[in-house]
Amino acid sequence: MEFSDFLWMTCGIFLTLATFSFLYKDNPFYKFAEHLVVGVSAGFTIIVLWHGTLVPNLFQKLEDGNWFMLWLNSSEWWYVVPAVLGLLMWTRFSKKYSWVSRWPMGLYIGISTGIAIPLEMSNRVNKQLYAMMVEIDWANFFGGNILSTTSGFAQLLIFLGTIAGLVYFFFSKEHKGVFGGVATFGIWILMIGFGASFGYTVMARVSLFINRMQDTKAWGVEAFNASDVANPHYSSMYPIVFYLLVAFVVGYIIKEIMDHLKRKNA
Amino acid sequence: MKRQLPFLLVFIFGAFMTIQYYIPHESSEFVYTFLLDWTMIIGIFALALGIWSLYQVSVEKIKHKKENWVYSYVTLFGLFIMVVLGFTFKVGDSWGLYSVFVIALMAFLYCLINASIAKSKGLWFGLSGVALVVLLGIAYFDDSWGVAFMTSEGLRNTMFTNFADFVMTPILATMFALLAFFIASAAYRAFRARNVLASLLLVSAIIVMLRFNPYMPFGLPELIAELSNWLMNVPNLAAQRAIVIGIGLGIVATSLKVILGIERGYMGKG
Repeated sequence: MEFSDFLWMTCGIFLTLATFSFLYKDNPFYKFAEHLVVGVSAGFTIIVLWHGTLVPNLFQKLEDGNWFMLWLNSSEWWYVVPAVLGLLMWTRFSKKYSWVSRWPMGLYIGISTGIAIPLEMSNRVNKQLYAMMVEIDWANFFGGNILSTTSGFAQLLIFLGTIAGLVYFFFSKEHKGVFGGVATFGIWILMIGFGASFGYTVMARVSLFINRMQDTKAWGVEAFNASDVANPHYSSMYPIVFYLLVAFVVGYIIKEIMDHLKRKNA
Repeated sequence: MKRQLPFLLVFIFGAFMTIQYYIPHESSEFVYTFLLDWTMIIGIFALALGIWSLYQVSVEKIKHKKENWVYSYVTLFGLFIMVVLGFTFKVGDSWGLYSVFVIALMAFLYCLINASIAKSKGLWFGLSGVALVVLLGIAYFDDSWGVAFMTSEGLRNTMFTNFADFVMTPILATMFALLAFFIASAAYRAFRARNVLASLLLVSAIIVMLRFNPYMPFGLPELIAELSNWLMNVPNLAAQRAIVIGIGLGIVATSLKVILGIERGYMGKG
């Protein structure tokens, strides 16, 4: 690894430790990392949207036109319209003319909601209903194993569980009698589902934590590998940078302990 | 005009886009793609409002020296550095005076922010002018790097990718990893088996978590794996399906309310 790459890696490790320091308490290093990521993410989004969406969908469509003709002489001149509407959004900056920004907003909301209705019905509602309404395999009801996910029992449970879950979310009728019983079964299924999702989410977070620790370990290993004379990138600077960061972290911890003791004695 | 026209636009375009989905004709397909491009373009222009808002909030914090105002500089520097890196690229083998250019740009930004908030505006405007001359001079005379607005060389700029890989990704990944600890304390409160429902949640969560534990005693892994697989693919599938259908119906109902002008909150006041 080149020394410049190692410095970037050190920067990543410093920011990782700065972010983890929030587990102790809110501190200047965490605040630094927190504010930095807000700015960097916003800048990253601007660049990705500019190069990935605005250039191909607007600028390249109008590139055969001339600016002094306001690109109205380009072959796809109608793309000037969304650009103008987009610019009208900026009237929000003016108190007097901010109402003009409602026109592009109206168009945007209209198109988005119009697209959403058939797509949501098709992709979420209908497809889930089709998948739910499969023929129950009565001949192979337990499939030789109660925990089989393809048996008739599993299919029936998925079907009844979905119906019961939907019944639980239906609040126009009081949850009493048979309806209440179905709703109770629905909440049981929902709680099992929430528990499973929760467990899965926790383990995903833990795997991210392990990944950060592995990166930190790889950084330390890299620092000492590069101090080996046999290494093509041999340099004593690698462990020096490593020890500087470690000394910095240890120094901060000692300062915090001293401050704590001072407060305790005061 | 101020309120009626936007509602009319929402109704016309909303109804049209709903109906066109069911018209299997190439002209309908063309209009769909065409209007989808429109929404993307308008959406990006709207993003500028958000970025301006971020800039304004940060400058206001600096101006009034609100709590943690110093860190607003960090946000602004991070924002502008990424934008500059995303529009520049290396031409030759070295970066030349590129780092001086970036430092001059940051100095220019710092002076400009101070010029807008300080009492002695002349001094800060003068300093920002000097920084501007330096950075424009470097941009004009230094041929080792270039500026690209219309091509995506900036996305391949190693400085840009390094900022994304070694600044943005580690912080975001660590913030998500932090949730593992907070979720654990939340779980302690949520998982106390006080009733049947809490017990169901507790048992299913523990089974799924044990599934990913490599240090389980002999015999248990197969059973836990099978049980966890069943939980994820049968009761969890039923629960998720009910939720997804509910969300879908909710979005359709809300969209209809918006198109028909019953829901008007998005227009704001005035």
